[in-house]
Amino acid sequence: MQVDVIVQQLINGVTLGGMYALIALGYTLVYGILLMINFAHSEMFMGGAYVGLGVLTILTNEGAIKAVSAKLPFLSFLLSTRGFFVGSPIGLFVLFVIVFASAATVIGFLGVTIERVAYRPLRHAPRLAPLISAIGVSIFLQNAVLLWVDSKAIPYPSIFPVKKLLEFGGASINSLQVLIIVTSLVLLMILDTFISKTRIGKAMRATSQDREAAGLMGIDINNVIATAFFIGPALGAVAGVFHGMYYGTVIFSMGFIPGIKSFTAAVLGGIGNLRGAMLGGFLLGVVESLGAGFLSTGYKDVIAFVILILVLIFRPGGLLGESVVEKV
Amino acid sequence: MGGSKMDIATKVDAGRSSAVQKATYALVLLVVILMPIIFQGFGQLFMVRILAVVGLYVMLALGLNIVVGYAGLLDLGYIAFYAIGAYAGVLSGLPFSQFLAKTFPSIPWLPGISYFVMIPVAMIAAAITGICLGTPVLRLRGDYLAIVTLGFGEIVRICLNNNIFGLSNGAAGLPKAGEVMPKPAGLDWLQNTLYVQVPNIGPNGFNFTFSNNVYWYYVIVIFCLLTIFVVRRLDNSRLGRSWTAMREDEVAASSMGVNITGAKLYAFSLGAMWGGIAGITFANFQGFVSPESFTFMESVFVVSIVVIGGMGSIPGAIVGALFIQGIPEFIRGAAQAGWLEVIGINLSAEAQSAVSNYRYLVFGFLMVLMMAIRPQGIIPSKRRARELHPDDEKMLDESNETLFDAQHDTAIPGEDL
Repeated sequence: MQVDVIVQQLINGVTLGGMYALIALGYTLVYGILLMINFAHSEMFMGGAYVGLGVLTILTNEGAIKAVSAKLPFLSFLLSTRGFFVGSPIGLFVLFVIVFASAATVIGFLGVTIERVAYRPLRHAPRLAPLISAIGVSIFLQNAVLLWVDSKAIPYPSIFPVKKLLEFGGASINSLQVLIIVTSLVLLMILDTFISKTRIGKAMRATSQDREAAGLMGIDINNVIATAFFIGPALGAVAGVFHGMYYGTVIFSMGFIPGIKSFTAAVLGGIGNLRGAMLGGFLLGVVESLGAGFLSTGYKDVIAFVILILVLIFRPGGLLGESVVEKV
Repeated sequence: MGGSKMDIATKVDAGRSSAVQKATYALVLLVVILMPIIFQGFGQLFMVRILAVVGLYVMLALGLNIVVGYAGLLDLGYIAFYAIGAYAGVLSGLPFSQFLAKTFPSIPWLPGISYFVMIPVAMIAAAITGICLGTPVLRLRGDYLAIVTLGFGEIVRICLNNNIFGLSNGAAGLPKAGEVMPKPAGLDWLQNTLYVQVPNIGPNGFNFTFSNNVYWYYVIVIFCLLTIFVVRRLDNSRLGRSWTAMREDEVAASSMGVNITGAKLYAFSLGAMWGGIAGITFANFQGFVSPESFTFMESVFVVSIVVIGGMGSIPGAIVGALFIQGIPEFIRGAAQAGWLEVIGINLSAEAQSAVSNYRYLVFGFLMVLMMAIRPQGIIPSKRRARELHPDDEKMLDESNETLFDAQHDTAIPGEDL
């Protein structure tokens, strides 16, 4: 295998890893506080991609705007703003800020709602109950999209200009990859600061250490949990939009495999540990890309599952986590 | 916590069943035996097929019930054992039947016995896989185990899809083009011997022939009965009691001398074994296997049958399978066969497909709802219902609180707070 192929796979891997890291944070945040695997998190990622798709379409697709404003006339102003969004670099920047912000907000509130409806009533139940409930939510959301949006893959509008920015030998990095890597790193840094510096971040850390003691110290536990269920899905939604832009299509079942892989990333880094989830995401992305290059692409998905099983058997605490002591 | 009283009660129950119970069982058995004959006789062939498929899911659910219901281990990759049983059954059964056909060309029914001969192969293949997976992962906590088994299920499916070792023939499935599964032994004889024709009943008369579907239906029913027998015995055995103890409190059980790893491995491999039997039966019934029958959603189906029916409960597994696999198929089939028009309901083609499409949506919703209002399932096992009730924990919390208050009060006597 030539060097440039390896370099190319590394670039692809880091891009993929950025998305995994963003999703993995959602798993780790919730696990750290509630000790539960939010199985429905992969659907947050999927939902984010669809919300992003919807917003992109309604802001830039002339046919779609006309169709919608025929029913809702007050939306016809979108026809005039369309030129601004597509025409200039500033418009493009504003467009994507709107797309990401709306996907993150909508899915963030969806996450909070799910927690309120499906998980909060089960907070005192045995640990299997919320897990099964989460599987139920996941099935529900997937099929809601299947039935009410589309059962087939939908192409993602290629509004973002994908250009080769740098070339090293045979390998290259394009503008979309740079966007994904930079945005995910920035978001990860913001989250890290948020958790370590702000008041609510401190409350979240306290809650994850000892929920009851934190409650006794005057922390509003429900508030903390709701915050975790907003931030996690919001980051997942951003990853979903990236995934749609990067691979060019979305489908209702797209969440499952990236979801499981990101969970693997969270476990790899040490579940409950935020920096671990980030590290695990990038590591998994790189390992998977290299593996797909070296082995056959058919077995690409097996790599993540094998890593998951091996980590859980040999180092259940993960790379950055402490060794897990079973509490009696 | 009243557990000891309960155990005595269930033991007494298990020993004797009342006359009413016996009559109910006999009635249910009669219905189970007569149903396919009636449906086949009146030409409603789709119903026989649906019943056989429901039977397969009952077998799967009873097998998974050992793992989830009795041992309390959530297995989200159970379908992998079903897949391994199915593929092992075809890979061993097909050459064996060809060998029999070549060696004894004068006995035409002989190749058909390959299914029955190869059942142990499928069982052992699945059980060995269960042990191989179980040994390293069973010391993981509940939700980690769920994810690992999920990963394992996907690994098996992806490997089958990629034609692993050149055996599984990739996405096209088995048997390969040009080969067919042998006709099951005795089917020809039954078809020629057992047929009833009564021309005067109903619009088209009553024409019963012993079809392929009827044959497999009865095979599946026999296996279900066998499974129920074994599972009941298991539940009341020493092993079953150690599963109960382990499920309720692993640490306490282990300090009472229960071999936790052993008990878990037994549960895992026994469950896998039943998955294997269901798998080989499915492969022969269907005459064909491909990786797409073994997706994660199938695992979720079986888990939801167990959960919605009632964990650890045998009637629950049966009702769950009827409810989840049977009712949607039945409505769709009945609509297609024009039954509903007879009773005055007119379902459009769209509505018919909506029934089958919306069932997944309804499942998801039901799973959430069940966990919130009835976590013990439709027909809960008596013992299990007590464990899964969220109120217990609250009660426990409250009793702890009062204990704490009491200690607190005695520690600082006379001091006002």
